[in-house]
Amino acid sequence: MSKVATFERGIHPKYNKELSSGKSITPAKLPQRVVIPLSQHIGAPAKCEVKIGDEVKKGQVIGTPAGFVSSPVHSSISGKVIAIADFPTAVGRLVPSVVIESDGKDEAVAFKENPNYMNLGADEIKAAIKDAGIVGMGGAAFPTNVKLSPPKEKPIDTVILNGAECEPYLTADHRLMAERPKDVVEGLKIIMKSLGVNKGYIGIEENKPDAIAAIKSAASGESSIEVHTLEIKYPQGAEKMLIKAIKNREVPSKGLPMDVGVVVQNIGTAIAIYEAVRYGKPLIERVVTVTGRGIKEPRNMMVRVGTLLSDVIEQCGGLVEGAVKVISGGPMMGFAQWTLDVPVTKGTSGILVLSEEEYVSSEEYFACIRCGRCVDVCPMGLNPSMLSILIEKGHYEEAKDYNLYDCFECGSCAYVCPAKRPMVQFMRLAKSQVKP
Amino acid sequence: MPKQVRHDTKRKIEMATDVKTHPLIVSVSPHVRDEESIAKIMWTVNFALLPAFIMSVYYFGPRAVYVTGLCILTAVLSEHLFQKGLNRKITSTDGSAFLTGLLLGMNLPPAVPFYIPIAGSLVAVVITKMLFGGLGYNIFNPALVGRAFLLISWPKLMTIWSTPTAQFLAMDARTTATPLGILKEEGAVKLMEVFGDKASLYSQLLMGNRAGSLGETSAIALLIGAAILIYKRYITWHIPFSFLGTVAVAAWIFGGRGGLFTGDPVIHLLSGGLMLGAFFMATDYVTCPTIKKGQIIFGIGCGAITMLIRLKGGFPEGVMFAILLMNCFAPLIDRGVSPKMFGAVKKKEEKK
Ligand code: SF4
Ligand code: SF4
Repeated sequence: MSKVATFERGIHPKYNKELSSGKSITPAKLPQRVVIPLSQHIGAPAKCEVKIGDEVKKGQVIGTPAGFVSSPVHSSISGKVIAIADFPTAVGRLVPSVVIESDGKDEAVAFKENPNYMNLGADEIKAAIKDAGIVGMGGAAFPTNVKLSPPKEKPIDTVILNGAECEPYLTADHRLMAERPKDVVEGLKIIMKSLGVNKGYIGIEENKPDAIAAIKSAASGESSIEVHTLEIKYPQGAEKMLIKAIKNREVPSKGLPMDVGVVVQNIGTAIAIYEAVRYGKPLIERVVTVTGRGIKEPRNMMVRVGTLLSDVIEQCGGLVEGAVKVISGGPMMGFAQWTLDVPVTKGTSGILVLSEEEYVSSEEYFACIRCGRCVDVCPMGLNPSMLSILIEKGHYEEAKDYNLYDCFECGSCAYVCPAKRPMVQFMRLAKSQVKP
Repeated sequence: MPKQVRHDTKRKIEMATDVKTHPLIVSVSPHVRDEESIAKIMWTVNFALLPAFIMSVYYFGPRAVYVTGLCILTAVLSEHLFQKGLNRKITSTDGSAFLTGLLLGMNLPPAVPFYIPIAGSLVAVVITKMLFGGLGYNIFNPALVGRAFLLISWPKLMTIWSTPTAQFLAMDARTTATPLGILKEEGAVKLMEVFGDKASLYSQLLMGNRAGSLGETSAIALLIGAAILIYKRYITWHIPFSFLGTVAVAAWIFGGRGGLFTGDPVIHLLSGGLMLGAFFMATDYVTCPTIKKGQIIFGIGCGAITMLIRLKGGFPEGVMFAILLMNCFAPLIDRGVSPKMFGAVKKKEEKK
């Protein structure tokens, strides 16, 4: 076997992917009601284009982008707008949202098909991606068309599709690669075309042999696409780590992937791009892994954007007795929820419910015993121990000298810390106190 | 009544802000943690010292239990009472005070009177650890400060070395010099005479059948414990190997009486508190550098100072003072070295 690609340091948490990795993607029930936030992306919130009482169809634009770094928002069902107000989202903020009550018909607007999509020019592709409201579906939710339009002085020569899915528990990308490998490859080809790049890679962690096999056979005819097997290690799927593993290029401190000529896209995003460019379909649904030992029947589901977590959880048999934590996203970087009445958005990769047995309490923490474990695992090569000690004392400026802003809050340091120190919280606190 | 609220059309709009009754825990990511904890680490280190402790009981009899037990009891009790008295979080069961007591006990000669372990433990736990803010904030290895204090306050009592003959009333036991003492005063030839030949000297040192502190006698027992810690990845090779390596090289070059490069590194490696110090005390997380590069510097420093004292200083043994001295430098070393940062090299080339 060829060697597996990887990066330095990192951690090996329990993956627990077997809970849902064998479950095919099934469509969720049509929701009675959806709450669609007008800001599901990084950048300016979309401008609301509907009023209370309006009838809308599936795929209809309800919010238009307000600025360059912004993204349109579409209705995910057909029905009537019953409210427009601020509602909580899974990341804990209140966001202006449109509430739509379903009419049960699920009627869609006409989508603009494009059978000869590979003949489109770069600008046409980007326009289609923008109009479909596509954002990074791995969690960060950065508008994709912006990512595909790097400034001229940053020439791009490589596109990498991120099939690492290094977050424990999550299997959404895994299922997509295993079930729809052709669409993934087509998506990648479209992305490469839009950037004028002729080298594409798909990196997949070793623990998804079926996905690797499927993607390899789907890409077998494509000489410009290479499939790489990656070591099972967190955070293998972080952009910088992935680029290091596959291309052995190091994104400079405080830099972006485009500084080394690379654009990284998520698997789900690639499929959404394919659907948008080929079928004119906007991003109104996504695959969500509903998992954890706190959920009765773990599943991978195709869920409409705006469906409430409570609806999704109910369809998976509900919470088990003793479920203690509900997380939107993965266990390493996801957000704990205080209510289940928040919607699934374009960036929701999973809904994870932890049971008591999976939950290692970290409420009480201790002084740093300087064991150095965090230093040994930080993928960015920082000194989290020193950072946490400085931040605890309020020396935020000094924390900057220890490269605070290179920390991307992957949580590896907190994971290994025997003193159970809230490292990520420290980092966020300091970042909120000092400018980069 | 969340169910009813949901069917109430009038409140439909407010539904999304309705607080549910699920007792959900909300905290910052990550939501899964390694099961490692301070207590687990500390108790494992205590466990790893068990072989050495058993050997000390074998050689010095109930006396070993008595001295070490007093140390541990005093250490744990004083930490507990201190925290209780100041209304702080009680951590006396996390195994760290126990470890301090155990290590101090292993550093004491077998024949000390009862107040020695008690005084040493008090200094170790209360002054060195608790007054600095507790575990994590101390600069010096508590057990070593305890021992240094005893050595300076009761130099006579702390250097009565009894022959290992398993007697409870160690006061009556025959006293003798430690191998390092003999080496220092009379040289390797004399040492060889005392133990017979070279092979029996080495094997006696390995097994621990010689005079010395309770826990520093059997190199084999200590190595078994060290292997456990390395296997569990609680310690890494960086400090012990650079420490031992430096000692071996320095002993070989400067240790002989007949000139350079005639020393016997094996005697130096196996004697005194070196094994105990290199594997169990220099590796104390709190008082050694956190970064691997720094740990190597730290280990080399420990080794160099140890040999300087052994060969040129006023004491036959230097491990304790070497580690304590290097403890002072650990924070400095940590500031001086940094881990290899991701993307750092290119930053210098391209920007600024
Ligand atoms: S892992 Fe925790 S206890 Fe260990 S050095 Fe890092 S912050 Fe300190
Ligand atoms: S959270 Fe930040 S400091 Fe901690 S391991 Fe990840 S990048 Fe390093």
